Amino acid sequence: MKNKNLISITDFSKEEQLHLLDVAEEFAKNPRQRILADKVVATLFFEPSTRTRLSFESAANQLGARIIGFSDASNSSVTKGETLKDTILMVSNYADLIVMRHPREGSARYASEVAKVPVINAGDGANQHPTQCLLDLYSIRKTQGRLDKLDIAFVGDLKYGRTVHSLAQALCNFDCTFHFVSPAELKMPSYVKQTVKDHHLEYHQYTELSDVIPFADIIYMTRVQRERFADPMEYERVKNSCILNKAMLKGCKESMKILHPLPRVNEIATDVDNTPYAYYFQQAHNGVFVRQALMSLILGAKE
Amino acid sequence: MVKKELIVSALENGTVIDHIASKEVFRVLHLLNLEKCEETVYMGSNLESQKLGRKGIIKVANRYFAPEELNKIALVSPNATVIEIRNFEVVKKTKVELPSQVKGIVKCMNPNCITNHETIETNFNVVSGDEVKLKCHFCEKFTTKDNMEFC
Repeated sequence: MKNKNLISITDFSKEEQLHLLDVAEEFAKNPRQRILADKVVATLFFEPSTRTRLSFESAANQLGARIIGFSDASNSSVTKGETLKDTILMVSNYADLIVMRHPREGSARYASEVAKVPVINAGDGANQHPTQCLLDLYSIRKTQGRLDKLDIAFVGDLKYGRTVHSLAQALCNFDCTFHFVSPAELKMPSYVKQTVKDHHLEYHQYTELSDVIPFADIIYMTRVQRERFADPMEYERVKNSCILNKAMLKGCKESMKILHPLPRVNEIATDVDNTPYAYYFQQAHNGVFVRQALMSLILGAKE
Repeated sequence: MVKKELIVSALENGTVIDHIASKEVFRVLHLLNLEKCEETVYMGSNLESQKLGRKGIIKVANRYFAPEELNKIALVSPNATVIEIRNFEVVKKTKVELPSQVKGIVKCMNPNCITNHETIETNFNVVSGDEVKLKCHFCEKFTTKDNMEFC
């Protein structure tokens, strides 16, 4: 994977994804290794994202890399009208690796074609966020011991949520059964369902979260945002159909885990946090190990 | 009137693009950059056709096109046929074929795509199926025939 870009989850083969998860597991056991001490990582955040940026920077710091960059485009030459191409070409001279988040879709792919150093996409508008997908895969494998033959429930805004699109597509490599729970307005887009069908896998659609609790191995929760609804009355009607609380978890599988890309608002009641099923905070922690693995592999510090 | 019809139908040398979907004739003219052509160009729309019901046709005198140019037509009119004429004789008749990649011709329909905000040549992979679908190489969104706009 040396010198590869990661723009879309599909840029990595199934074997590469699994190898990366193995390397991430090594980092989970021993996260402080100064194997990138001679490297400079640029984190270019053209829009703010505290969680992702801090996770990348923590990962790089623990490996001894130096970090340069900006956390908001207003601190960069973009405000002077510099093009993305020029910014990327300039930063390519200063860093060994670029981690980039940008509000425009396709910006990361474009940057990777302009840059002289590898580019990791840390989110390009509503398009892709592949490191989130990798940390989701890592968390599923860690909690279930495997990635195949699992019943995975995706809950909430399945129409606009880029994390659920990428994760569902990635899990198509692993013989899973998909359960899509959402209000009718926010159903999984047809291209994702088509990908599931193309892999000869099953999917089922629901409007009530309680329908999937008894058999799900993973419940992947997402936020349902009020602004997605043209009719506010409709939001009021459906908002509770995708909210999870502790009482609903009676009768779930003992090994079931709840994931969430965070931040959450009210879709997981706080009384769930102390149950053995809540895994969302560990999931965010796993992001550091996955990003350590990714940067080490791309920079050739791990094979 | 008779003389005019003879001029239109008899092309000594040049290219005839036939079986164009009627409503797409103007887009085909644009795709081949014929607005700027200095040769004689004839164009017909809503003509009767046994095969299509209604069809469009374009005849261009003294011009021949490279396959890459002609295959762009397939984006809007996949049934079009191209006839090369030399000395009043048909020397070649081909169907347009969808290219696998479309660069710099079509705009991405996604307003938030980077190609609509910086000077970048658009690039699509053609997804074949019942309907032409272009997947943007950059933002990965689909542009279809109905929302296709040309650069």
